[in-house]
This record gives sequence, C-alpha cells and structure tokens, in this order.
Amino acid sequence: MFGLANPDRFLRFTRPLTPVLWAAAAVLLVVGTWFSFTAPEDYQQGDTVRIMFVHVPAASVGLMIYGALGVSSFFALVFRHPLADAAARAAALPGAAFTALALATGSLWGKPMWGAWWAWGDARLMSVLILFLFYIGYMALRASIDDEAKATRAAAVLGLVGLINLPIVKFSVDWWNTLHQPASLLRAEGPAMPAVYLTPLLIMMAAWGVLFLAIWLTAIRTEIVRRRVVSIRARRALEA
Amino acid sequence: MLDLDMGRYAAFVWPAWGLSAIVLAALAARAAHAARRWSAELKRLQDEPGTTESQP
Repeated sequence: MFGLANPDRFLRFTRPLTPVLWAAAAVLLVVGTWFSFTAPEDYQQGDTVRIMFVHVPAASVGLMIYGALGVSSFFALVFRHPLADAAARAAALPGAAFTALALATGSLWGKPMWGAWWAWGDARLMSVLILFLFYIGYMALRASIDDEAKATRAAAVLGLVGLINLPIVKFSVDWWNTLHQPASLLRAEGPAMPAVYLTPLLIMMAAWGVLFLAIWLTAIRTEIVRRRVVSIRARRALEA
Repeated sequence: MLDLDMGRYAAFVWPAWGLSAIVLAALAARAAHAARRWSAELKRLQDEPGTTESQP
C-alpha cells in the first residue's frame, strides 16, 4: 500500500486501470438502468420504487466517499503525504454531488409517499444534510486558504472531524424514531426485498461506486499533474 | 418488460433520474476535461525549448 504512495508509481500503476473503471461504470449503469425499468411496479410504492434505484446508490456511495475523504485526511495529517491530501481533495466534489443527489431524489420520493418534501425532525434526513454541509465546508475551507500547506492541514482536521457524523448517518434510523425507513440491505436477517428489486439496486450501487472510483482516480492523477505544473512554473519564475 | 409509463408518479420519477444523469455526466465530464487540460499544460512546459528538466 505504501509502495503505491509514491506519486510516480501511482501514476504508472493507475494509468491502465482508469479506462477500465470508466468502461465498467458505463456498462453497469446501462445494465442497472435496464433492470430498474423492467422491474414491476411495487404494490405499495407504485412506480416511485424506481427512485430508490438512484436514491440508495447516491446516499450509500455518498456516505462511503466521506469515509474515503476522512481516511485520506488522516494519512495527510499524520504522514503529511501529498498523495493522501490529493485523494482527500479529489473526493470532496463527487461526495458533495452524490450527497446532494441523495437529498434531492429522497425529497422527490418523499413528496408522493410521505406527503412531504422534507422533515426537519427526522434524524436520518438531518444527519445527511450535515454530511452535505461537511463536504461544502471542506471545499470552502480549502478554497479560502491560499497557502497550500496550511490549507492541507486545516482541511485534513475538518475532514477527520466529519468522520464522527458517519455512524450517526448509518445508525440514525435505529437510534431514533425516524420517518425514514430502517436499513433494508445491511441487516442481520439479510436484505428485506425480493430479487426483482434487489438486482437493479445492487447493480446500480456497484455502478455508482465504480463510477466514483473512475472519477476519483482521474481526479487524483490530475491533482498530481497539476502540482507538477505549479512547481515547474514556480521554479521558472525564480530562474527568470 | 420495459416499463416507461410512470403514470401519476412521472413528475417524481423522471426528475429524480434526470437530475442523477445530469450530475453524474457533469462530474465525469469535469474530471475528464481537467485531466486533459493539466496533462497538456505539463507537456507544454516540459517541451519548452531551453529547458532540460523532465521531472520536478
């Protein structure tokens, strides 16, 4: 793992991997979409069950991305490794976008099914909103500090603090009485849904996950290249 | 069978899928565009005449 932490080796190793991830994401998205619209209407939810096939991937992958951001922040802070900082930075925008989609698609499901776009008292909705605000805060903090070393440290601390919110999001449906339904997939008794819905859901989760990996890897590689450009420009400016 | 008739829920299902498609496409396009732009800039700097460096 630490062998890959060398930026040159990282660039070389991930070069053939990146197009494979993009292609896999595209295939999974097409297949998952097909299954999403061939599944029968739910006897209670009707066609709104199809919103779940984008909502659950957006939410679960959006949550996992914060885990990646937090762990990268830890390595950036403790080992001062530039690659870890690049990884944390590259995760923030897709994480914020996925979480925003989870909120928006959940709202679009909530209106016809609950009769409300939003519920302020719901612990799951609020903890996901806080997750989104951590992403936004992380990006705003980075953007507000010009000194890259200082920005790295400050952002890494904020990134780490936000990890506290992850178990709250995950277990909010168990710890509090929420309007939001409890976990249907990761539970001791096994998934609580028939295969016709489980299949599109799992394929879509894989698709969004792999798509994030493709975006993330591409963005980390870009960040390494960007830093090289910045350092060459700085050296040329000194020589001139 | 492919079912594209969302009936009375069309106003909720299609915006959810449409929004998702737009955001995912934008993220992918942004990542690909930035990758091309910075690689081209690095190549330009490294190819500039009178410079010997290859890697910083």
